Amino acid sequence: MTTRSTEPFLWLAFSAGGVLAALLIPSLLFLFGVAFPLGWLHPPEHARMLTVLGYPLTRLIVFLLCTLSLFHWAHRFRYTLYDGLQIKHLNELINPFCYGGAIVGSLVAGYLVLQLP
Amino acid sequence: MADTITMQVARYRPEQEDELTYQEYEVPCPPEWVVLDGLNYIKDELDGSLSYRSSCRMGICGSCGMTVNGELKLTCATFLTDYGSGPVRVEPMNNFPVVRDLVVEMGDFMEKLTRVKPWIIRKEEKPLSNGEYRQTPEELEQYKPYSMCINCMLCYAACPVYGLDPDFVGPAAIALAQRYNLDGRDEGAWERRNILSAHDGIWGCTFVGECTEVCPKNVDPAGAIQRYKLTAAMDSLKSLLMPWGER
Amino acid sequence: MNDGAGYTEYHPRWLRPKMSTYWWLKRRRYLKFILRELSCIFVAWFVIFFLLLVRAVGRGDLAYQRFLEWSGNPLVLTVNIISLLFVIFHAITWFNLAPKAIALRIRGRGVPPFWIAAPNFLAWAFVSAFVVWLMIGR
Repeated sequence: MTTRSTEPFLWLAFSAGGVLAALLIPSLLFLFGVAFPLGWLHPPEHARMLTVLGYPLTRLIVFLLCTLSLFHWAHRFRYTLYDGLQIKHLNELINPFCYGGAIVGSLVAGYLVLQLP
Repeated sequence: MADTITMQVARYRPEQEDELTYQEYEVPCPPEWVVLDGLNYIKDELDGSLSYRSSCRMGICGSCGMTVNGELKLTCATFLTDYGSGPVRVEPMNNFPVVRDLVVEMGDFMEKLTRVKPWIIRKEEKPLSNGEYRQTPEELEQYKPYSMCINCMLCYAACPVYGLDPDFVGPAAIALAQRYNLDGRDEGAWERRNILSAHDGIWGCTFVGECTEVCPKNVDPAGAIQRYKLTAAMDSLKSLLMPWGER
Repeated sequence: MNDGAGYTEYHPRWLRPKMSTYWWLKRRRYLKFILRELSCIFVAWFVIFFLLLVRAVGRGDLAYQRFLEWSGNPLVLTVNIISLLFVIFHAITWFNLAPKAIALRIRGRGVPPFWIAAPNFLAWAFVSAFVVWLMIGR
């Protein structure tokens, strides 16, 4: 497949990732990134985390959130490098870095989700 | 309120200089005068060598687009009094080669407009005996905003993607394609697909949205492009998952 | 530059100013656009942070507690606070732009943009409330 015909699918992944990221990340980042470390709220017990992450639906959503968010980053970052830093001529380096990075991250996410007890 | 205002006008005379320079003129500013009136006064009374485009002086021909104090405007629709005591800096539109003074080269824009096949395409023409094509007001609403474009090129001047890559087909061309794609009488969406989905087509757009901000006719090219991205992406998905569909 | 018809072509030297690398600083709307685009970096950071959390949970209570402690580290905390601001900025700009891509018509009339954006924001509120309840609800 040439880059030309993959663009629609990359854009769909970017859009889906954008939606999931917008819906889920603010609350999760607020809790685990700010509220729990600062002591504003009590973090859940380990057992509860295991229970929540035990549901297949949760694991699927976690996997999709990570994968699609990474593709969202890849697509947007690629165009930011093109337009912001004007290095579009380096696209043969930029594209593998962005989308390759997203693929690697997705594999890692898949592995981690599957190896949960 | 002062009687006159200073206009700092960009000059570029290729036969004598390599760069843009600025020349200042004192121009009267009655409350009803627009920037174009100022330019006309300069040309008539002060400096006949100034070159610029204008025609209808009422915001419908799209000739007089320029950069005024850093903002893209139709100079026939921008009052001098909006700038208080001045100065008013007038420069040619961004992102286009400057031919002379305030005149920009528009060949690229014209080529792109025609490239998207801006006419009704039908697989089969209906015979004349069938009578006219009929369209409800609701069907007209689907594409009417996109038909309001006056080809003023302000959206191309505003678009950073076009500024960085002049191959980009650009907002007005895509909005024009949508004007026909969404017209019930047209059956040419497929033909336009290949042109718009090419590497210099819609996918280069990163939805900056500046084109819609500067458009004097509320065409909303940014909206046209985003809608088309969704349409084209769904079409690609369908043809991937169900390749047996008829074209 | 002569052609056979007997008149010369005069082609003036066009001026092509190069676009500055800092074009995005020239207008406030351009700056807002670039910040919106850069928010994707913080989205990617969150994925890394979250996967570290998932990995810690999978390794047991001790690893989980150590993760929670590490997330209190001043550098990590600062990064996360900045990330949270950018991610919220992403969500707000994303839902506000949703109506541009989705042109809905109900009974032959166009749906005003507000009614496309509003359900998105509502969904955001519900999902967030659900996530919070899931994590710390009784």
